[in-house]
Amino acid sequence: MIALLIRDLRLAMRAGGGFGLGLAFFLIVVTLVPFAVGPQSDLLARIASGILWLGALLSCLLSLDRILALDWEDGSLDLLATAPLPMEAIVTIKALAHWLTTGLPLVLAAPVFGLLLSLPAPGYMPLIVSLLLGTPALSVIGTFGAALTVGLKRGGLLLSLLVLPLYVPILIFGAEMARRGVDGLDYTTPLLMLAGITCGTIALLPFASAAGLKVNLR
Amino acid sequence: MGLNVSDLTIARGGVKVLEGVSFALDQGHAIVLRGPNGIGKTTLLRTVAGLQPPVSGQVDADPDSIVYAGHSDGIKATLSVAENLEFWAQVFGNTDILTAVAAFQLENLVTRPAGGLSAGQKRRLGLARLLVTGRPVWILDEPTVSLDADAVAMFADAVRGHLRGGGSALIATHIELGLPEAHVLEVGPYRAKPAEADDFDEAFL
Repeated sequence: MIALLIRDLRLAMRAGGGFGLGLAFFLIVVTLVPFAVGPQSDLLARIASGILWLGALLSCLLSLDRILALDWEDGSLDLLATAPLPMEAIVTIKALAHWLTTGLPLVLAAPVFGLLLSLPAPGYMPLIVSLLLGTPALSVIGTFGAALTVGLKRGGLLLSLLVLPLYVPILIFGAEMARRGVDGLDYTTPLLMLAGITCGTIALLPFASAAGLKVNLR
Repeated sequence: MGLNVSDLTIARGGVKVLEGVSFALDQGHAIVLRGPNGIGKTTLLRTVAGLQPPVSGQVDADPDSIVYAGHSDGIKATLSVAENLEFWAQVFGNTDILTAVAAFQLENLVTRPAGGLSAGQKRRLGLARLLVTGRPVWILDEPTVSLDADAVAMFADAVRGHLRGGGSALIATHIELGLPEAHVLEVGPYRAKPAEADDFDEAFL
């Protein structure tokens, strides 16, 4: 399992691996927003937490079809399926590798991008915590969508349609938590809801992803 | 460690392609599957390897004894030859890749990115993967595609060595492998009879 994780991380770092893809997209969204809505810092401060969450979610979505499609194309997925690793472990590792190469860099970059959007000082901690809690669920749900659409050519559209509704609760609670942080309100409830969603998806979805993948490999 | 297939019926895309296939693959033996294109050789191999369920019948084998090699080699272009092999060795719980490298004469290529290999070299790398898995039952689909005569001989030697070591192999191929000791199984006679559409299916036609 460690070998698979190391291989996926190594592939992501090498040329064409798409490591910087999500991060670059996030940066583009965040830098373009002030141009689009105008440079009033009080307006930006109000929408910053929502924009940052939306940007993180979309950059996550951008790289989902790479999770399994590349391994499908070159036949590695067939070979992995007959390897001693259980399918549930394969999809979990795939999701973890996706989070480490996409979600985690977004979390780490979010404070810097918060500066660009003049996010108020009390908003940083809840923003980072909410992203840290929410992005793993984005990767796990995304892996589920990728497992369902893996055999399809140009399955990206279907993948987005399948995954986006499942992302909505995470976006609602994540952005709510960050917004409450900015306003100096108590954010325990959205924090707990977000943590609950993430724990639930991590616990249950790998089984669904593995089942979907087995059907697609036939 | 063997493999026993009894009265197997398999389908591709919902259409039965082969039915009543039975054979036994014993330790130290190889079976070569032959038959025209589209007869269902690949489907049969994938079913035996456990990648898809049979329509009916049974495959008796320890799933942990089987290694499958399909049309694609599962090679990552940006990893070097050694990194590719080391990954598969680790997945299967082994560490030694040198025997495999030597068996397919990849010594001069180990540090090259696999994306820079020729088609035949890639295939040799894909076949070398079989050796690093250390599994006894090899299930191979057209293993000699894009190999030259020398490499086919290399492959035959590797299979022979594997059989001597108590392994077994089930190989689908169209060309002569140089393995006279292998049993040939023609799958043509097992071709499934066209299914008669029943009333339920007709409703959708």
